[in-house]
Amino acid sequence: MAEIQPVVMPKFGLSMTEGAVLDWHKAEGETVAPGEELMDVETTKITNAYESPVGGTLRRQVAREGETLPVGALVAVLADPSVPESEIDAFITDFQANFVPPEAGGEGEEDAPRAQKAETPQGAINYLEAGGGSGPPVVLVHGFGGDLNNWMFLQPLLAENRRTIALDLPGHGASAKQTGSGDVASLAAAVAGLLDALSIESAHLVGHSLGGAVTLHLASTAPQRVETLTLIAPAGLGSEVDADYIDGFLKASRRKEMKPVLQRLFADPSLIRREMVEEVLKFKRLDGVDEALTAIAEACFPQGRQGLSYREALAGLSCPVQVIWGEADIIVPVSHAEGLPEAVTVTRLPGTGHMAQMEKASEVARLIEGLMGRA
Amino acid sequence: MSKKSFRQAINEAMHQEMERDPNVILMGEDVAGGMGAPGEEDAWGGVLGVTKGLVGTYGRERVLDTPITESAFVGAAAGSAITGLRPIVELMFVDFMGVCFDQIFNQAAKFRYMFGGKAKTPLVVRTMYGAGFRAASQHSQSLYPVFTHIPGLKVAIPSSPYEAKGLLISAIRDDDPVIFFENKMMYDDEGEVPDEAYTIPFGEANLTREGKDVTIVAFGRMVNLANQAADALAKEGISCTVVDPRTTSPLDLDTILECVEDTGRLVVVDEASPRCNMATDIAAQVAQDAFAHLKAPVRMVAPPHTPVPFSPSLEDAYLPTAAKIQEAVRMTMNAAQREVA
Repeated sequence: MAEIQPVVMPKFGLSMTEGAVLDWHKAEGETVAPGEELMDVETTKITNAYESPVGGTLRRQVAREGETLPVGALVAVLADPSVPESEIDAFITDFQANFVPPEAGGEGEEDAPRAQKAETPQGAINYLEAGGGSGPPVVLVHGFGGDLNNWMFLQPLLAENRRTIALDLPGHGASAKQTGSGDVASLAAAVAGLLDALSIESAHLVGHSLGGAVTLHLASTAPQRVETLTLIAPAGLGSEVDADYIDGFLKASRRKEMKPVLQRLFADPSLIRREMVEEVLKFKRLDGVDEALTAIAEACFPQGRQGLSYREALAGLSCPVQVIWGEADIIVPVSHAEGLPEAVTVTRLPGTGHMAQMEKASEVARLIEGLMGRA
Repeated sequence: MSKKSFRQAINEAMHQEMERDPNVILMGEDVAGGMGAPGEEDAWGGVLGVTKGLVGTYGRERVLDTPITESAFVGAAAGSAITGLRPIVELMFVDFMGVCFDQIFNQAAKFRYMFGGKAKTPLVVRTMYGAGFRAASQHSQSLYPVFTHIPGLKVAIPSSPYEAKGLLISAIRDDDPVIFFENKMMYDDEGEVPDEAYTIPFGEANLTREGKDVTIVAFGRMVNLANQAADALAKEGISCTVVDPRTTSPLDLDTILECVEDTGRLVVVDEASPRCNMATDIAAQVAQDAFAHLKAPVRMVAPPHTPVPFSPSLEDAYLPTAAKIQEAVRMTMNAAQREVA
């Protein structure tokens, strides 16, 4: 069928209003498969390869390289080679005539998912819900110093098929800054508290880094609540952790100090943009954050080592479990993925750092979908 | 996090600090007379409503309406600061500095130095500045370069609601006298501001745009104009870095020099009169420390050297605009092209 398919400027995360097409990975006339990298999109926060949501022949690069366009604007047109140029032109003219750019903070923003807070015994937990459906939701748990924005690329992909919830751990993001002891058990209690507050009996858990240890703790202490468990570069499977990252993150209060710390998280440090550094600093400037992060670091990473091992707990889990790790991870070494129980699927991603869910969002989404299919 | 106006952000900073620390007090003309109190006390909340609700919450003991005697109440605030209070004093218009400047530059600014470091002076002087308000030449000046000139004073110029709250809380918690400049045209500007208290460090410039061709340094309300200019220029293919130094004293010269080294071109935008202002200061320091990196002469965008006109059309012509900034940026680009040719 000679269908014309538009590709529009994607929206990465809540605050993105526009992006620039940095460069094209496909030339006009080339065939594009769904999920193939079409172009690099640069936002003020991060640069990310955008994978085509549709397949076909790239008939028109509507956006020039370097051009900045609002979210939802037409960037490319895909169609079968049999579609005449005149129809492509007509399609573009029609699209542009009807396109209304979303106003920053305007009416169009009302439909977008918004973060909200739930009261739990561990204090207010901030979370972002997206997608829907009746099955058990996916719950996304970030790592030390992270927040729910760490899932900005992955969450929309998972939300196409089901309900997803990304949360801010205590002491992080917009959640309460009181952390209690700040250890893994207290953080896991906060996640359980959010599940209770939202009347979620069980969920597919995805934990990144320290959030991996938190979800492991939850899966081993409350197995009935966990449908599947995906661990991305998790803590809890070895003793090493990049102390330079932990210390650097705690100490940095200035842009110049924070940028190199955040760059350690990614295989390609140039992905980090100004606004991502600024957002982390904005969080760190809040009263109470220093104390909260220090308490968590001391409880979870005493003397720059990981304090707890969940290897034994992992062996005892009955739900499907997978581990995903970037081979270029310098925060928690990929060697911790060795010697795990046979039932645990391990996927190593080449050319990927600690933030696999950002650097390889589509691949991670496919792996999570695959594991959930086994539940 | 929620949208708040510049006015609300400043009000919230004072609320949260007065709540946190009983030593924080507020004094100035009409700063009480505020909302949240019956009768006469309900009248003002500051001349533009910035201190609304504070007297109702913290009472007459801590929110003091003063007579129209700047020399007396600014002096009283400086004195109370060295006794352990943390006064916020409102100098309604910075143009009134003339009647209280000895208390600021010879007293507050010098206490720590003259007492061999044994005295702290945690004083904040909040003051309105800036043209465009049709307030004529005695209520429209941008006098921050005068305060920047005085060793012992810190000078903060917030460029957005987020910056205003964080910089004011830093100012209140600082043990040195801080002059806090609020542009009177910005009180209704809105932006995302966290509900919690937070601090923004002094002497740490913020980059509001990152580019490779030209560095634009701008202060206070000029930052937003520089951002508008940078966004318009990006469509022409000229990419600009915009630097908001946040504080003129201390000044984050390192960041400015780094940006100039990256871009090779500098435009400084300053709302203050053009002689001996921040633009001339930065241009001189860049010429001294980064001359070899400059591909074009530094351009300054500032008003003409005249009093702020009362005629609306003249006042509009007097002020820097995004269009004037764009023109200056293009001139630095063209200068470079001529050099290559």
